[in-house]
Amino acid sequence: MSAATATRPAQPAPPTPARTGELRGLGTLVRFALRRDRMRLPMWILGILLATVGTAVSFPASYPDAEARAGALLTIDNPGTTALIGAVYGDGDYTYGIITGHNLLVLISAIVALMSVFTLVRHTRAEEESERVELVRSGPVGRFAPTAAAMIVVIAANLVLALVLALGLGSPGIDTVTWAGSFVFGAAVGSVGLVFAGIAAVTAQMTENARTASSAAGLVLAAAYVVRALGDVSNETLSWFSPLGWAQATEPYYADDWAPLLLPVGAAVVLLVMAVALNRRRDVGAGVLGSRPGPARAGAGLRGPFGLAWRSNRGTLIGWTVGLGIFGLLYGPVLSEASTYLEDLPIMAEFMPDIDASGEELFAATVLLVGAILCAVPPLQVVLRLRAEEAAGRVGPLLTTPLPRWRWLGANLMLSVLGGAWLLTVLGFSIGLGAGHSMEDYSWVGTSTIAAVSYLPAVAVVMGLGALLLGWAPRIAAWSWALVGFAMIVAYFGGILDLPQSLMDASPFEHVPEQPAFDFDGRPLAWLSLVAVALSGVSLVGIRRRDVREA
Amino acid sequence: MNPAIEIRNLVKTFGPTRALDGVNLTVQPGQVHGFLGPNGAGKSTTIRVLLGLLRPDSGTATVLGGDAWTDAVALHHRLAYVPGDVSLWPNLTGGEAIDLFARLRGTADRHRRDDLIERFDLDPTKKGRTYSKGNRQKVAIVAALAADVELLVLDEPTSGLDPLMEAVFAEVIAEENAKGRTVLLSSHTLAQVEKLCEHISIIRSGRIVESGSLAQMRHLMRTTVDVVTADPVDLSGVAGVHDLADDDDGALRMDVDTEHLDEVIGHLHAAGIRSLQAHPPTLEQLFMRHYGSAETGERAAADTATARTGTAGDSQAADR
Repeated sequence: MSAATATRPAQPAPPTPARTGELRGLGTLVRFALRRDRMRLPMWILGILLATVGTAVSFPASYPDAEARAGALLTIDNPGTTALIGAVYGDGDYTYGIITGHNLLVLISAIVALMSVFTLVRHTRAEEESERVELVRSGPVGRFAPTAAAMIVVIAANLVLALVLALGLGSPGIDTVTWAGSFVFGAAVGSVGLVFAGIAAVTAQMTENARTASSAAGLVLAAAYVVRALGDVSNETLSWFSPLGWAQATEPYYADDWAPLLLPVGAAVVLLVMAVALNRRRDVGAGVLGSRPGPARAGAGLRGPFGLAWRSNRGTLIGWTVGLGIFGLLYGPVLSEASTYLEDLPIMAEFMPDIDASGEELFAATVLLVGAILCAVPPLQVVLRLRAEEAAGRVGPLLTTPLPRWRWLGANLMLSVLGGAWLLTVLGFSIGLGAGHSMEDYSWVGTSTIAAVSYLPAVAVVMGLGALLLGWAPRIAAWSWALVGFAMIVAYFGGILDLPQSLMDASPFEHVPEQPAFDFDGRPLAWLSLVAVALSGVSLVGIRRRDVREA
Repeated sequence: MNPAIEIRNLVKTFGPTRALDGVNLTVQPGQVHGFLGPNGAGKSTTIRVLLGLLRPDSGTATVLGGDAWTDAVALHHRLAYVPGDVSLWPNLTGGEAIDLFARLRGTADRHRRDDLIERFDLDPTKKGRTYSKGNRQKVAIVAALAADVELLVLDEPTSGLDPLMEAVFAEVIAEENAKGRTVLLSSHTLAQVEKLCEHISIIRSGRIVESGSLAQMRHLMRTTVDVVTADPVDLSGVAGVHDLADDDDGALRMDVDTEHLDEVIGHLHAAGIRSLQAHPPTLEQLFMRHYGSAETGERAAADTATARTGTAGDSQAADR
């Protein structure tokens, strides 16, 4: 500093960059976010770790020798399974390492992507929507600090997850499940998480609504899954357009190639920078895509509780309709390819000697089962949304009109069942159409639609469980998601994990005859329907007896 | 005539918390009844029991002759409610939400609805998520007031409203009351309660600590007197005089127990009154007296009286 300035009377110090910086308060906000998620994030990470390592250590038990592994390869190396979980890689020896990488990488990556999306939206758009962020930003906190804090937390969660996955997979010392491969696996999974953190960061900037932001990012994940499925089955280049494909390209426990991970890391950086740029262009609480005025009067449809339920869930149901339609039309054509593989396999006859079903039928049955479990998600969302509505304080005023509680819940259950039936129809119809078109046999449309709709009683049981908890134990209503997760695990891994039948029977979907591979049987469907009706009935009693709570 | 609202020994607990600890409350038909109390005293819990949203642990809550819990649906034809923190469906416009409530009640008076929307200057085309706090309140107020009901249950209905809209609200409530509607009004805007309510009840820690007409309660309180007399007057030792303050220019300020007012004025009269101002106790004083805990209640009341004296002095200075 020159002598001239030193002699001037003291002036107020100009604000230093540290005090006016756009990231001021970042450290505090990061700690705050971690404090808020002190249960949530560890549960995500622990759950993913246990699912991954638990499945990996079960493989040597399921396939004790080389012969069993070769058999597994034969049953699993077909377009149908490839579309679901990814392509087999390696040199023909289906080692425990490759079994682990092949079976788990895509699925676990997709779950980690969901963790990233939910966590990021929760700390960005959801905070803005609730106007809590205004409180934070009104303090001496930099403009990008809240967004940056959310990004840092999600990035950290993915790094921790990558590390614990690597340690968890490497430590049991399973033959061919190497340390090198385990670190590649963990890094691949974590990098997918980073990409979807970036995608969610961008969608969170676009809309004013947290649900829309999560849904949009979820849609990108679904697209990534389908693009990868198509690519793995037909055209490897296509898989390079999917973040899941980037993870697969590392081929953990075989090639152990780190290079493909440059793509997701690069993409994550670009997306996060994009999100910050978008953040700069908008006001607090606003979305890049604005909100338009609506009608000043209610239309004829918004009459009672059903009309309100429809308006509240319309967007979700339309989104799922489009998503399932695309899913079906893309998977349908894969059926015809599946047959050429499956039919020639002597092992199929060995595994299922008493099944009189073609390869197409077997594969169609599997795809329909997985699709049907997915179709249980929106109906359960319809029911659990009521809990969120209640906590937000929107149910109290509704129930101070002459609207009986059972009619309010009943209308929502009705929408839930109708929505489930509709989505199952869309699923079956679109798979049938896709398959029928490629095989030039349009009888598939009817077969597949009937098969899909036969899962409705199982879907209704899932909804019924959600309703039961809502009616009697609203605080733990969200636990009903566990049934969907369990059903998915049973459907994907029930066979390969050798789960006891009595445990698998806890999944309502296990009881539905897997058409078209198996014949229709009305009895289990009637039982499931009865269970669903009973659960719903008991829930209607519960909702009349309990307090309506806020928060 | 049966009371519009009658609560007897109402108890409601949430886990270990005893939110309502034997509440007794009576609201006669045609009353605008002010329901006051500090935050967390149990106002909203009482109201939610009256609305049949919470089930009482013990005691009775009777609304319009029916049981608040078991007859809820039938009673809801005859009452309307405005919560203190309105949450709207994010994807429904304000107009749609208002119409939904009207249809659920089955009493859609289109003219009344449009009139209220205009009076409250509400834009019904905005989506629920884009309304400000005050505008969300307006949506609920319009929805409730558009209903043709006997009883209005209002839980801090004007929180977030600007003074202009508060005035409109007071106007509309007075109109409703003139039509014979009963109103239970919980509010922290004491001036509003003082203006609208003939009767009030004060709740603290889950119990009603004061209930009755405002006039009655005022009688039990002290009147603040500002006086200038021709001759000096010695009031120390006169019964019913508190917080006597002597100004340099001969002006006196004191709080007088209402029952001793005549006696005190007699003393003043003997000394020759030059000017006299008497201020009736305000609702704020009444409220503040019950605000503190039971042990410090007296002290709180005394503190309030002191503070009040100061305010009175200021206003008098302005008068001069």
